[in-house]
Amino acid sequence: MPNTRYTKEHEWVRLEGDAAVVGITDYAQTQLGDVVYVELPAVGATLEKGAEAAVVESVKAASEVYAPLAGEVVAVNDRLVDAPGLVNEDAEGRGWFIKLKLNDPAALETLMTADQYRLYIETVS
Amino acid sequence: MTDQSTTDQPSDRPTDAPAAEPRQPLRQTPLHARHAARGARFVGFAGYEMPVQYPAGILAEHAHTRTKAGLFDISHMGQAFLLGPDHETTARALEALVPADIVGLKPGRLRYTQLLNDEGGILDDLMVTRSDEPGEDGVLMLVVNAANKAADFDRIERHLPDAVRLMRADHRALLALQGPTAAEVLARHLPGIADMVFLSAKSFRIGRIEVFVSRSGYTGEDGFELSARADRVVELWDILSADRDVMPAGLGARDSLRLEAGLPLHGHDIDAATTPVEAGLAWSIPPRRRAEGGFPGAERILKEIAEGPARLRVGLLPEDRAPAREGAEIVDTEDRPVGTVTSGGFGPSVGGPVAMGYVNRRFAEPGTPVKLMVRGKPLAARVVALPFVPHRYVRGV
Repeated sequence: MPNTRYTKEHEWVRLEGDAAVVGITDYAQTQLGDVVYVELPAVGATLEKGAEAAVVESVKAASEVYAPLAGEVVAVNDRLVDAPGLVNEDAEGRGWFIKLKLNDPAALETLMTADQYRLYIETVS
Repeated sequence: MTDQSTTDQPSDRPTDAPAAEPRQPLRQTPLHARHAARGARFVGFAGYEMPVQYPAGILAEHAHTRTKAGLFDISHMGQAFLLGPDHETTARALEALVPADIVGLKPGRLRYTQLLNDEGGILDDLMVTRSDEPGEDGVLMLVVNAANKAADFDRIERHLPDAVRLMRADHRALLALQGPTAAEVLARHLPGIADMVFLSAKSFRIGRIEVFVSRSGYTGEDGFELSARADRVVELWDILSADRDVMPAGLGARDSLRLEAGLPLHGHDIDAATTPVEAGLAWSIPPRRRAEGGFPGAERILKEIAEGPARLRVGLLPEDRAPAREGAEIVDTEDRPVGTVTSGGFGPSVGGPVAMGYVNRRFAEPGTPVKLMVRGKPLAARVVALPFVPHRYVRGV
């Protein structure tokens, strides 16, 4: 998707107004398999870049989701609490995790573009 | 996003696998190409590259096995024959290593037992089948866990009397067809299968394939394990997987099914430091063996049967939705450590998290409130009776 940036840890970030929406990539959800539980941070929490932002659990495993950039959590996707399978159905849409108010929105440019991420997952898969 | 589940299923703890094994290239079962053609995702497991799931996913494969029939490739498991001059001699030789009644095993029947170390710890758990073929009176068939097979067979061989020998059956493959319609599916190819009861075994032919079928499995469902020559197993897989009721299922579903069924997994819920009594498997040690002893660690095991063990394997039901996984600490309501989770995860049929673990005996009573430490947070849970999903074995009369 244009305007969406990606991390090597398979998070995506997209600016929507003032907030940066964060989730895990479609590639990540296929690697995880069926998602059965998502643990989200508290609204108001401040996260450094690379800090643990959430935990996503599949039938097999628990994985950490990291804050791709520093910021304050301004919203979390409560729907994932009752419907964690949304992450599998629509990882880069309705399956978003958190919204961050970024400390430095310009830092978004440091993350991978969609094309770069596509090449990156070719090298890791 | 980083996977933090290095000890989760399916995997092997280092204690399970011989030290050299992880560095060797992964072996493949004869069905590898069939799995790949169906889009399986593979994982390294006990030295083999095994399908962990197919595109349908673990939840779908699990649900299909509980409602119809799941087909599992378990060819990585170890198969061997014990060959002796007569049943009594072969059975006595094995009884020196396991606490089950093997002498009393009838032709065409199988038993679950444990290979014990000298301290009564469980080196592996295994199924022992007595052949019902005429002329095979001294033959027992063994099926052991993949990760332990080399060590198991070495140990057994070292302890056999001259009259009995072990023959590894690496030329054989193994399938498991599990689920409520498994018998119906097999009966379409093997008339007579419906007469078999749980823990019985029989030889059949499907076309030119010779199949040794036992009504057994490790999912808690009715089902069968089918042993065939490795060079015939692809044909058998094709016949079974073409059935409308059958869905191939991987190690992921196999693990969630056995966890819900409360069945222990070696290297996780049972290991060389665990006795059968602690593991809740004392039912597999019958009165004659308790009276006679004569198996490794008998003194400790019989004392634990008489007095109760210090700790016990229990079911754990978290009250919230976060799964507690292997290694999570179990604490009492005042946060004092009372045990450890040995396997845990999401139970698809339960619709929430389930776990097994060991607790101090004082906390083993079903209903006891405990807390499970998940990522540093104590989450409320209670001790429950196993299994989480009732077994549906066909025991007959």
